[in-house]
Amino acid sequence: MSVAPALAVARSPRGTVVSAALIVVALAIPLVANSYALEVLSEAWFYVLLCLGLNIVVGYAGLLDLGYAAFFAVGAYTAGLVTLKLGLSFWFSLPLAVVAASIAGVVIGGPTLRLRSDYLAIVTLGFGEMVRITVRNLAVTGGASGLVGISRPYLFGYKLDTIASYYYIFLALALLAVAASHRLEHSRIGRAWKYVRSDEDAARAMGINHAAVKLSAYVLGAIFAAIGGCFYAAKMTAIAPETFTFNQSLLILLGVVLGGRGKIPGVILGALVVVVAPELFRDIGSLRMLVFALCLLLIMLLRPAGIWPERWRWG
Amino acid sequence: MSLTAILLQQLANGLILGSFYALVALGYSMVYGVIKLLNFAHGDLYMVGAFAGFGSLSLFSGWLGAGWAGIVPSILLSMLAVGMLGVAIDRVAYRPLREAPKLSVLITALAVSMLLENTVLAATGGQFTAFSTDLGFAGIDIGLVHVTYTQMVLVGTSVVLMVVLELFVSRTRYGRAMRAIAIDQDACRLMGIDVNRTIALTFFIGSALAAASGVLAGVYYGSINFFMGFLIGLKAFTAAVIGGIGNIPGAMLGGLLLGLLEAFGTQIPGIGGQWKDVFVFAFLILFLVFRPTGLLGKPVVERM
Repeated sequence: MSVAPALAVARSPRGTVVSAALIVVALAIPLVANSYALEVLSEAWFYVLLCLGLNIVVGYAGLLDLGYAAFFAVGAYTAGLVTLKLGLSFWFSLPLAVVAASIAGVVIGGPTLRLRSDYLAIVTLGFGEMVRITVRNLAVTGGASGLVGISRPYLFGYKLDTIASYYYIFLALALLAVAASHRLEHSRIGRAWKYVRSDEDAARAMGINHAAVKLSAYVLGAIFAAIGGCFYAAKMTAIAPETFTFNQSLLILLGVVLGGRGKIPGVILGALVVVVAPELFRDIGSLRMLVFALCLLLIMLLRPAGIWPERWRWG
Repeated sequence: MSLTAILLQQLANGLILGSFYALVALGYSMVYGVIKLLNFAHGDLYMVGAFAGFGSLSLFSGWLGAGWAGIVPSILLSMLAVGMLGVAIDRVAYRPLREAPKLSVLITALAVSMLLENTVLAATGGQFTAFSTDLGFAGIDIGLVHVTYTQMVLVGTSVVLMVVLELFVSRTRYGRAMRAIAIDQDACRLMGIDVNRTIALTFFIGSALAAASGVLAGVYYGSINFFMGFLIGLKAFTAAVIGGIGNIPGAMLGGLLLGLLEAFGTQIPGIGGQWKDVFVFAFLILFLVFRPTGLLGKPVVERM
């Protein structure tokens, strides 16, 4: 598993020890936890993956994507169609989902990102609705009831059909996402994203192709969600259009913004809060989104960079 | 029905739908034009307006009846209340972030939108609220189509509000201040324009128009719910982009065009009503690719 690169995120020796300890704890949890706790924690790791993907768009490149659930849907439906309609192995759906998400990302991001980047917010919102309505209307995607009976994949001859196996899958994906985010952030393209985010005109003057740089962030974020979507379909074995609503996109965005956009530990914290907090405070039930909305507003007004902020000033 | 009758009927439907879109798009476009903020909460102000109108109509109907005598004061009261809500939102949520990066303001606008929607959801329990009025189906027959007086009043009210707004922005001192702020806030401050007050006024007018549209939609469709502002917010933005964002006649034109497009689009064989929203957003994306400045807009340059 990808423990070593994930550890590299921590820059100080103390950070390395703490990260290693946390990973060991995360690996040991299935030995002691009941299936309810495992279910919640699997979802938490899954949200870490999604939030880190969205963090590339929102955190590093400073763009607002309100239709992120659409790419998650692209991945999930690709996995569903590949296994159910084409009768192929689940593993074929991963490259196909990456291709599909990239195409969708370029089609939506290409024309929009050349213009004012705030247009992206609302165009992605429209795109999210378009994808949801399309899968609900098409016969091949099972209409409103979705796709049912997606077969569970095999890994090294071992069938992935227990909650513990999905706990490890999502934990591995989350760690991979941490490692990938870390590498991307400190690469040439990562620096370009942050440059465009803080001063687009200066970045252009330095020869950075701002449209291409923003598009690359948008498409990479989409790929994270598509891969997550594939495994989500494998875990749930059934997917329906109503999983991929605007509220889903909002929850993922909330994880990124509450925690601290642009900072990997902050985003992980945000993702965990978004998943675990509603489980701890079950009483609020239907008021969950209201409470989240209030938190979001207060965070933006009082602590705009998030609970665990990046060192860069968001202003 | 003959084909001509269907087409005329869709023309009437499209114009009514279009005038709702246009009224919402006006506020969207105005706020965007003046402070370059995509106010996600705008569609929700339309929804809150519908509920405020419903509340005041229940108050008035006992004594004025639920005909136009009761509806007109309800519209005015709702416009006043939601206008003030818009000003309050600007004061509490947007003004502290006037100098902040765009992303922060966008996320704040989103939070305000979620807050309004979920507050109404909690208050109404997510039920559809019946908006009953005493307006009948009386009207006149134009050719093959029956147009009710209600429909004519709806379109008429929208047109009057739009014309008044256009005159306000192009002819009065306050309108001139708004246009000046759109160009350069700092220079306005140096020239003695009260920037924050003018922006508050912009929010008041935009929110009041959204409220008027919300009440009219409630009167026309007969039911309202907490979620009604979400799609119309999206579509109003689409209308504003089609017309040229920040441009008042553009927002009207865009709204009416979008209404007609939706009404006729659903009549094309193979594109049923369930595809209507996909159709609208695809149109938005096409517009952004081929004519990003809209029909009446000037070229947009991202501010330096």
